[in-house]
Amino acid sequence: MSLIQISNLKKQYTSGGETVEALRGVDFRIDEGEFVTIMGQSGSGKSTLLSVLGGINHPSDGTVEMAGVKLYTLPGEALADFRARHLGFVFQSFHLIPYLTALENVMLPLAISKKKKGEKLDAARGALARVGLGAKTDRLPNQLSGGEQERVAIARAIVNNPHILLADEPTGNLDSATSDEVMALFRELNNGGQTIIMVTHNPANCDYTDRTIILRDGRVVGDEKKCLTQKAGFVI
Amino acid sequence: MKLHNISLNNLRRRKAKMAFLTVGLMVGIATIVTLVTLTESMSSDIGRKMDEFGANILITPRSNDLSMSYGGISLGGVTFDQREIHEADLAKISTIANNRNISAVAPKVLGGVKVGGKDAMLVGVQFDKELKMKQWWKIFGAEPKNADEVLLGSEAANLLNVTDGDSLEISGQQFKVAGVLDHTGSQDDSLIFARLDKAQELLGKKGKITLVEVAALCAGCPISDMVNQIAEKIPDAKVSAIQQVVEGRIKALDHFKRFSYAMAGVVVFIGSLIVFVTMMGSVNERTTEIGVFRAIGFRRMHVMRIILLEAGLVSLLAGLLGYAAGLGGAKLALPFMAESKDAALVLSGPIAGGSIALAVVVGLLASLYPALHASRMDPTEALRAL
Repeated sequence: MSLIQISNLKKQYTSGGETVEALRGVDFRIDEGEFVTIMGQSGSGKSTLLSVLGGINHPSDGTVEMAGVKLYTLPGEALADFRARHLGFVFQSFHLIPYLTALENVMLPLAISKKKKGEKLDAARGALARVGLGAKTDRLPNQLSGGEQERVAIARAIVNNPHILLADEPTGNLDSATSDEVMALFRELNNGGQTIIMVTHNPANCDYTDRTIILRDGRVVGDEKKCLTQKAGFVI
Repeated sequence: MKLHNISLNNLRRRKAKMAFLTVGLMVGIATIVTLVTLTESMSSDIGRKMDEFGANILITPRSNDLSMSYGGISLGGVTFDQREIHEADLAKISTIANNRNISAVAPKVLGGVKVGGKDAMLVGVQFDKELKMKQWWKIFGAEPKNADEVLLGSEAANLLNVTDGDSLEISGQQFKVAGVLDHTGSQDDSLIFARLDKAQELLGKKGKITLVEVAALCAGCPISDMVNQIAEKIPDAKVSAIQQVVEGRIKALDHFKRFSYAMAGVVVFIGSLIVFVTMMGSVNERTTEIGVFRAIGFRRMHVMRIILLEAGLVSLLAGLLGYAAGLGGAKLALPFMAESKDAALVLSGPIAGGSIALAVVVGLLASLYPALHASRMDPTEALRAL
């Protein structure tokens, strides 16, 4: 059984008085341990798709099933609890909390868990060590480079050992060398069994992934277990 | 890492904004504390003065005769050889429901006597109680201790040409002038004061009392209730309250109190607006941050707790500082506001606790909507990048 199953996913919203169809019936499945890249031009619906997958954007129609749970049928704050337990987010602009140190930022998802302080600290230090920042735990975000901030964001996303890691343009604000380092880190995490879904503009990033889904105008127009952008003549 | 760590760290980071918020609320609380403390201190000052002024309840025999005055106080129908109150009735005064408010009961017997061929008024008093009530009396010489000692008003002493230490014959009995009162400007100046039992003997009024002055510890004590209670216990007596002067002051103070509370209400309203606007601005500034919280699984209640905890901590600090600043303000203003130069500042637990609690309640209430607004933010909107 697939870890993620999306059926006939549609999302409409109104912008400036006009109805925009961001997703027009998207279907796919993702298995546990896959590293999937979602690519597409601006406005293709890839960010909307990621937010729907992340349980923070209700679809207009269709279902999102994760680990056997239909996300948007969860009552009340159960969806927030599901996010806390099963999902990790890496945001394009890192979105680190500026007044918290690297260690505290990584511990943020644990602030609402019932774990003991020592366990939280161990988990956060372990996550920072995994992304290679074990020596910079006490630095504030503005004392870290872009690449280091991205690593802290990744550590924060994995500190809870989520089933699925969702990343939105994780290298969008990084130079190419740092981007490669970050992508290598994602690859390493995936090699350890982490399921990753990444939205990116950067064709180079898909070299690190197992599968590419291409979106155009809210529809899946390509889905193959290789880097589609390397196919001659394929235009995203 | 717990939710309160997020609140504390944010407060530390946004020092300027939080200082502005604290000062905004603190000014409101300080104003309230100043006004309320001033009012309380002035009330206390008036209460103390009332005790010092002496009697505020007068018990006289019922009479239809024309009144005469005693020390500027109406004595009802007191005329010589008229009916009196029985000394035994005095004990009933201490049985009234508000007996704890009674500070002193000073019975007197009055009557005319011949002193060296001149007519004079003799007043029999219990000196310990009389002196407690009339603290403005200044005695040259000593307070009478024995039955054969008297105290003379300044005019009486002049008229009779005696001074302390001299002897005086009253109705055929020899008395020693233990002391002479300094000029008081009242009828006390022309009176001769003797011990109550001796005066009763000289006047042939054994066991009888002409009038009783009662001092009630006031500052809000129920004088009119006490008057009724005493009247019930001694039906033959006329019981009246001497409140005219004090009532005027209390009324003025009441007006000041109302003005103070109205002012305080306005200032607190402004303070709460400052909190509301600042917290709303803070929430809007932190849109992305709140989006992150929600995206990583924080419940709405978690977001509200973070915001309200920040507001609560700032308000608590504002309350503490406001109380201290308010007390300082009251201390500075009291000498200009109170009638006595030595009026003491009232340090009240309820004012301290109330002002701090008010700061926290106002801070939390004013932050409730911003906190709700934050908790209802759509994480997708909050994280536009996602």
